[in-house]
Amino acid sequence: MEYIDRLPAMDLMRSEKMMLVQLIIPVESAHRAVSYLGELGLLQFRDLNDDKSPFQRTFVNQVKRCAEMSRKLRFIKEQIHKAGLTPSPSPAPQPDIDLEELEIQLEEHEHGLIEMNANSEKLQQTYNELLEFKMVLQKAGDFLLSTGSHVATQETELAENIHVNDDYAETSSLLEQVGSNFQEMLPGPSNQTGVRFISGIICKSKVLRFERMLFRTTRGNMLFNQAPTDDQILDPATNELVEKIVFVVFFSGEQARVKILKICEAFGANCYPVAEDTIRRRQITREVLSHLSDLETTLEAGLRHRDKALISIGFHLAKWMNMVRREKAVYDTLNMLNFDVTKKCLVGEGWCPIFAKTKIQEALQRATTDSNSQVGVIFHVMHSVESPPTYFKTNHLTNAYQEIVDAYGVAKYQEANPAVYTIITFPFLFAVMFGDWGHGICLLLGALFLIAREKKLGSQKLGSFMEMLFGGRYVLLLMSLFSIYCGLIYNEFFSVPFHIFGNSAYRCRDTTCSDSRSVGLVKYQDTYPFGVDPSWRGSRSELPFLNSLKMKMSILFGIAQMNLGIILSYFNARYFGNSLDIKYQFVPQMIFLNSLFGYLSLLIIIKWCSGSQADLYHVMIYMFLSPFEDLGENKLFWGQNVLQVILLLLAVIAVPWMLFPKPFILKRLHTE
Amino acid sequence: MYGFEALTFNIHGGYLEAIVRGYRSGLLTAADYNNLCQCETLDDIKMHLSATEYGSYLQNEPSPLHTTTIVEKCTLKLVDEYKHMLAQATEPLSTFLEYITYGHMIDNVVLIVTGTLHERDVQELLEKCHPLGMFDSIATLAVAQNMRELYRLVLVDTPLAPYFSECITSEDLDDMNIEIMRNTLYKAYLEDFYRFCKTLGGATAEIMSDLLAFEADRRAVNITINSIGTELTRDDRRKLYSNFGLLYPYGHEELAVCEDIDQVRAAMEKYPPYQSIFSKLSYGESQMLDKAFYEEEVKRLCLAFEQQFHYGVFFAYMRLREQEIRNLMWISECVAQNQKSRVHDSVVFIF
Repeated sequence: MEYIDRLPAMDLMRSEKMMLVQLIIPVESAHRAVSYLGELGLLQFRDLNDDKSPFQRTFVNQVKRCAEMSRKLRFIKEQIHKAGLTPSPSPAPQPDIDLEELEIQLEEHEHGLIEMNANSEKLQQTYNELLEFKMVLQKAGDFLLSTGSHVATQETELAENIHVNDDYAETSSLLEQVGSNFQEMLPGPSNQTGVRFISGIICKSKVLRFERMLFRTTRGNMLFNQAPTDDQILDPATNELVEKIVFVVFFSGEQARVKILKICEAFGANCYPVAEDTIRRRQITREVLSHLSDLETTLEAGLRHRDKALISIGFHLAKWMNMVRREKAVYDTLNMLNFDVTKKCLVGEGWCPIFAKTKIQEALQRATTDSNSQVGVIFHVMHSVESPPTYFKTNHLTNAYQEIVDAYGVAKYQEANPAVYTIITFPFLFAVMFGDWGHGICLLLGALFLIAREKKLGSQKLGSFMEMLFGGRYVLLLMSLFSIYCGLIYNEFFSVPFHIFGNSAYRCRDTTCSDSRSVGLVKYQDTYPFGVDPSWRGSRSELPFLNSLKMKMSILFGIAQMNLGIILSYFNARYFGNSLDIKYQFVPQMIFLNSLFGYLSLLIIIKWCSGSQADLYHVMIYMFLSPFEDLGENKLFWGQNVLQVILLLLAVIAVPWMLFPKPFILKRLHTE
Repeated sequence: MYGFEALTFNIHGGYLEAIVRGYRSGLLTAADYNNLCQCETLDDIKMHLSATEYGSYLQNEPSPLHTTTIVEKCTLKLVDEYKHMLAQATEPLSTFLEYITYGHMIDNVVLIVTGTLHERDVQELLEKCHPLGMFDSIATLAVAQNMRELYRLVLVDTPLAPYFSECITSEDLDDMNIEIMRNTLYKAYLEDFYRFCKTLGGATAEIMSDLLAFEADRRAVNITINSIGTELTRDDRRKLYSNFGLLYPYGHEELAVCEDIDQVRAAMEKYPPYQSIFSKLSYGESQMLDKAFYEEEVKRLCLAFEQQFHYGVFFAYMRLREQEIRNLMWISECVAQNQKSRVHDSVVFIF
């Protein structure tokens, strides 16, 4: 047993030995020291200012500045995204920039962008208004034209153009009334009395409610004409294209006019006056069109200017964001240290692995020289009673497995790490379930692709699913290799068996093969050398055979893995010198597991090797129900009966041995 | 059957009850309030809130903050949570959740009508409305001249329509009438809500009856105190009291004839739950009454969470969130105006 103790320590098997260190850093080199330590990534600082609120800490102003800068950077990024550009790093090398300069630059950029946005929004607003005016002139002109034509055809045309509200059936008299009004009105257009109209434009989504509201307010004494516009209008607030509808409301009376205007305002409908005279209308339309083209060119120029500014900022954006994040992390860490005013230094405590000691001291030395400080950083080991954190040194191959194991629970300090075995057992057990070498080859190709593109895919941002696949690329690789192996054993290539290892060992008795469905084939050669014989596929007893095979195999693997787990607990107990665990936990657990399920595994192996037809279900169940009964045809070896009784007794003793002594002994130790 | 809701509640309401309890655990605690009360500037408040659940809503605001911005963003968070819950709810929970917002709708209607009366711009008023109480044609309230028009034009389409039957008059709108209208609407709403909860039965009915009864009683006391010295007659005052609650009907009789605070106190001290509130005030003082009522309400709302499998938790959560936003507004105002000594006057701790 001492042999086990003398074996060299495996890196991944137990977590690294940690030590608690205390750092005393002079103020001038503090920032640099923490920054270099951060790059190293091997020291975990303890928060010494736990009881203080966030704004009582020493470096709160710097943290606020960093938060403000990252807010500006987010704003700029959003602007770039809204403009539809993609930021790309510029090819030319950029000079390094200081944090204060960055702050000033960001302030300028943000101001500039906000101004440019405000200007273009104003322009867009004016442009929209003119565009709406143009549409209103076009469509309202159609309405008014139709009303200004012959008296005789007037009513029918009105009837066609009018949008009748279904709920209220009294429109016919209203129509005649308005028609007669128009007849009177023909010689002169809009009078002071009589029917007048308001024209305007409104969003399509609101037009139904708008009409209903108008109807209610005027108690039905109005005519509502609407027509959809040909183009859509860009809404500056939401940056989306909205469909609009041109409407004309005919009404009479001053009060109705006031009410209708208020309702238009409430619904956000814009009203534009339309002259009734056709010639005047055409003149206005021409003016509006020329204005529109002017505005268009101005708008485009403004947008181009803004896009150029955004692209030039976009070159640096990724770098700046990284810088601000790092600075914020550095200040957050500095906030964890204790500020000793008299000695003008910062005191910090943290955990680091023992192997990293030289690297950390080197980094601190570099920080001292770089900041031209007179005093060096004091670094000394402290003694601690609490349990250190668990740190495993992993590379990118073992990292994925360590994460999988950590998801079930992180090991305590220096406890045996199951990840060592998981590297093989996890993909292997997956393969036992997957078991198809055709699918395995596809999986292998996928995994190889991910590994080949490691560098490229690692630097870009992937979706959540791809990120999971990419993170597990080495797991996928091993899974695929084992799947190919298991697929060869099960002899399945996309569920089709192949004769890779020679001919099948079975053949029909005669050429008609009539016995393939009744008595079965005969064996005429030696057993198929590797894997399941291809003749099994499609035979009548394929499923009972394969199911039995896979189930027994799974039982063997499962019990082996459970045994492995219990043996690992033995190594743990030995390492921590816990003889209580060995005597009252490991031994009874091994006895219990192996006397029942280990015995079952033994029976499986014997049945496979001897070709007996014993029913193992029966054996196991009656081992408990009637252990002294004779086995009869289920007997596999001599002395099986006696052995079963002994194993049963051992299992029964093991249970109270496992459960009772340890708590009482622990209680006694505790009270002492 | 009351007592067996554990069997069937989780089929439709289990997910949302879990969600709302998760939201509740994000409410600010007494430790948070203590820290907030020690802030010197609004930026400190923003920094402290960024460590709580309000973080993502406040982090994109530029630095010179206003108190209205803080309150607006916090309300936005409440509205988002409410909309998330409403989207996932089925009947009858969705109707229950909608009932919770009718109070805000009434407040918004009154706000716009009052504002129009005082010649203010409609868009400005719309921005001041509470987002939970918005409905489609709310902007057209500005057109109405009297209550009948108000109903006929706008409110007939809204869920508030059935509450109007008692208060349609042809009088023109003025300040007094608007307040009476608000209280009448609210009375009808509370009674309708109460009836709805009773039809739901079970634990919901019991817990919600208790909470709504407290609300009705509180409103009765507030109406009494606010109408002392105005031209509101006793009959009118009695008409504004709801027809359920601890004070119904004998307490209402007494309150209707009260002419000053001491008479109110005498009337209320006959009821044990309210006696403890009124005993905290010394004679003649009514400023602390609001805070005392809020504290009692918060206590009852927190108790609603002690039981599972009922809808009262949703109502309680919305009310607690609103109280939290009121607290934040008070703290921000005190900090912004440099009157930190008065901070604890009006902050009600929830936990």
